[in-house]
Amino acid sequence: MDIKDIIKPENIVYQKTKVLTNNVMHYCPGCSHGTVHKLIAEVVDEMGIQEKTIGISPVGCAVFAYNYMHIDWQQAAHGRAPALATATKRLYPDKYVFTYQGDGDLASIGTAEIMHACNRGENIVVIFINNAIYGMTGGQMAPTTLIGMKTSTTPYGRQADLNGYPLKITELIAQLEGTCFVTRQSVQTAAAARKTKKAIRKAFENSGQNKGTSFVEVVSTCNSGWKLTPVQSNTWMEENMFPFYPLGDIKDR
Amino acid sequence: MASKGAIVVDTEKCKGCSVCVVNCPTKTIALAKEVNGKGYNYAYMATLDTCIGCTNCATVCPDTCITVYRVKV
Repeated sequence: MDIKDIIKPENIVYQKTKVLTNNVMHYCPGCSHGTVHKLIAEVVDEMGIQEKTIGISPVGCAVFAYNYMHIDWQQAAHGRAPALATATKRLYPDKYVFTYQGDGDLASIGTAEIMHACNRGENIVVIFINNAIYGMTGGQMAPTTLIGMKTSTTPYGRQADLNGYPLKITELIAQLEGTCFVTRQSVQTAAAARKTKKAIRKAFENSGQNKGTSFVEVVSTCNSGWKLTPVQSNTWMEENMFPFYPLGDIKDR
Repeated sequence: MASKGAIVVDTEKCKGCSVCVVNCPTKTIALAKEVNGKGYNYAYMATLDTCIGCTNCATVCPDTCITVYRVKV
């Protein structure tokens, strides 16, 4: 069969969802942010909630997330996305409100906000991108940086006696009564990305049913910050991140 | 029941990260020797008859620049 007979509109099995804009993303080649943006957009499209979804973007690389999805957005001060999401969801209870935060935003400066928003059981979705580094500002050590991992502020590797231990904030949040769904996923392979999409869909459905806070951590790569190629950084993540941040549902009720 | 597929890459949006290349089960995709307007070696269908239209490449593409077509044969 000739290739021209296959490339016809009626044979399309996958194309870019209309919820994503046509802007070229500013992220580095191979960045997990783009994949997670796409998965969120596809979930919003499939659930038919484009008009009812409000995203809260963080400070970090994903600050420009509002350029890439045709939904309503707000942009929060550093780490304060859960506080803004709380207000938005309480003022518009019929909307689907989600925050999109990195590990520097959520696990460091925004720890108080995320802890208390989850403890209050706000009916929001939290998408947490954990790449174990501050990507936007030049690859500094984050709370989630692994022991021995080299960053620009720990050039000889993170040491526990000097820099403390990596923070498993997802496990901490799973202990809070207000959360209904806490999971850790990744997007480096097609199978993992499909699982993550299912988790995001479940989180949005929980938000619609007012079951409490849904928390989806996505273990991600920052190939620029890690000084690796995109493919190498995916392998590095599988070998080093997954033993410390094991994938799977931590809490589901 | 076998299926045949094809992909179309938006070469100007592709950043040549090659995540699709390693995720392709039939090794259909490769990076081109030529570069696009931004200087990236974009992804393309290196072999025209091996694609099965599984959509793995498009699912992992961070820039969503791959459209997948599939027919049953």
